[in-house]
Amino acid sequence: MSQKITIEPVTRIEGHAKVTIRMKDDGSVERAYLHINEFRGFEKFCEGRPYFEMPSITPRICGICPVSHHLAAAKAADDLQGSPAPRPAHLLRDLMHMGQIIQSHGMHFFELSGPDLLLGFDADPATRNVVGLVGAAPEITLKAVRLRKFGQEIIRILGGRRLHPVFAVPGGVNKALQPVERDTILAGVDEAIEAVRIGLGIMRDWAERNAEDIRKFAVFPSGYMSMVTPEDGLELYDGDIRLVDRTGSQLEKFPGGSYLDIIAEHVEPWSYLKFPYYKKMSFPEGVYRVGPLGRLNAVSHIPTPLAQEEFKTYRAINNGAPVENTLYFHYARLIETLFAIERVRELCADPDILSTDILNTRRDYRGEGVGVLEAPRGTLIHHYKADETGKLTSVNLIVATGHNNWAMSKAVDSVAKTYITGGEVKEGMLNRVEAAVRAHDPCLSCSTHAIGQMPIQIEMVAPGGEIIQTITRD
Amino acid sequence: MPKPKISSDWMAGCSGCHMSLLDMDERILEIIELADLRATPITDLKEPDESGVDVGILEGGINNSSNEEVAHRMRARSKILVALGDCAVFGGVPALRNMCGTQEALRRAYIEAESNDESGKIPDDPELATMSNVRALHEVVDVDVFIPGCPPDADVIYYALKELAQGRMPEIKNEKLHWH
Ligand code: SF4
Repeated sequence: MSQKITIEPVTRIEGHAKVTIRMKDDGSVERAYLHINEFRGFEKFCEGRPYFEMPSITPRICGICPVSHHLAAAKAADDLQGSPAPRPAHLLRDLMHMGQIIQSHGMHFFELSGPDLLLGFDADPATRNVVGLVGAAPEITLKAVRLRKFGQEIIRILGGRRLHPVFAVPGGVNKALQPVERDTILAGVDEAIEAVRIGLGIMRDWAERNAEDIRKFAVFPSGYMSMVTPEDGLELYDGDIRLVDRTGSQLEKFPGGSYLDIIAEHVEPWSYLKFPYYKKMSFPEGVYRVGPLGRLNAVSHIPTPLAQEEFKTYRAINNGAPVENTLYFHYARLIETLFAIERVRELCADPDILSTDILNTRRDYRGEGVGVLEAPRGTLIHHYKADETGKLTSVNLIVATGHNNWAMSKAVDSVAKTYITGGEVKEGMLNRVEAAVRAHDPCLSCSTHAIGQMPIQIEMVAPGGEIIQTITRD
Repeated sequence: MPKPKISSDWMAGCSGCHMSLLDMDERILEIIELADLRATPITDLKEPDESGVDVGILEGGINNSSNEEVAHRMRARSKILVALGDCAVFGGVPALRNMCGTQEALRRAYIEAESNDESGKIPDDPELATMSNVRALHEVVDVDVFIPGCPPDADVIYYALKELAQGRMPEIKNEKLHWH
């Protein structure tokens, strides 16, 4: 009799997912699936609306990285109406984007995955959460709350509100930065760096104590993708996209506008989330990873000093070759947070940051535009076409978590096979399966803009189809 | 007296209402003091306790069979059910889908999108939820407290939770109906 285990919902991830693990008769795992179970349909229902509404509508795809959608939409609209934004507007958008990277990464490390790292994969599920953290490490929790606040406040100062800000418009932004606002932001930088340093310490300790888990937990090769500076350094707001193979050699470097030549999406009937891949290598050979691990494997350096120091250590993990261990997503995420904070300081020091030259009102209307940037979870692509009146005729979105869909599915399958080996299935094993998903920090609201929401449920199904065990935690 | 139990979940929304809840910053520690946070998207329990919770909070509208189950379960197990945010209260931005039709939206995403390859087809595995029209929470189950806003302000969420955690009904009126 074969069985199926269902984990639903997968918790401490953004959105809803479900895992099913199909078992063989001998109690070993045949295959595990990650189902993304929501679909909202933004691509269709935005058709017919004016393109300049997109910076306000698309943030509602995701409340964790609304700024990514807000800015990708504005970049696509700049392109569509032929109004490149002036430099100060780009600096201000970049600053808002860094605020978001800090709050999103910070929250993920401390509040979502932190409980696994600080309390342990096998801790009691009733307290393996941020509340448990408050009890176990109140000071760290408070620092984490304040780190997130620092990022959110940058967004509020620029865009009037922490969520779904109203700031970027086609051709620029709608508000200049005041000197006192800049100073308020700068005043928080040191404390934020301090919080990330604490995170790095936690990560190092944890990596030492759990070397065994790291070594066998979903380690596999893939391609990697990131936006880069002209010198191949880490860049999150504007630049070309670099795709490297499993050894780190460059396969492509392309402007976002030509994404259709490079990437295609595959559909599987068991998930509402599509599977993007590198066209020339086809699916599944052409799969790649994005987000913190994908980016740090696809760039040659990080252009800020503190983050670059850590980056050297990161790169030494696999002797300069790409790091393949899923659990190092957490390390990469902290290094990027450090970069984002340093970048905030740099941007605030730029003489143009206080400029009022923030909007280009000239137009050279093209009727088509692509906006690309690196959202916290990876490369985000917005592509719009509009008729001569500005009404949208087509919208295509490829979101960060989508690019990682194959990797998440692979990680779930791999972890299930490694940790569930016949006999009794313990909760802690299933939590590891969930942690495989969690490491990618999937943004299921984003992924399911078109697609679904992802609660995780684990069902064990026997070969005959009957459900042997359903893991729900209550 | 035991602390009141609070549980929450998200359905067809963007998780922004939960983020606004976290935007009360340090005050979240006060709420944790006053109440017992049970199953929520940021904790590890999977469902609201079978024995019931005092307050259930739902973000997002209902746009598929799985959301419907979540809504019914939360209603059945909560003494007081809160609809948090415009999506739960009215359907919100995702309800724009009702104007173009669910099937058309699915076709666009899985078959017609310019980046799809020839594998394109609408996912139909029995493990997946089936999509429906988008409905506000009260169209599916009875709701006791409505907190509109996209998202509602952190201050209003803090006020509501604090009242509920102390056994009082929050009054969401006048300036508390405004969101910024
Ligand atoms: S009401 Fe707004 S913030 Fe809340 S879930 Fe809906 S779109 Fe997101």
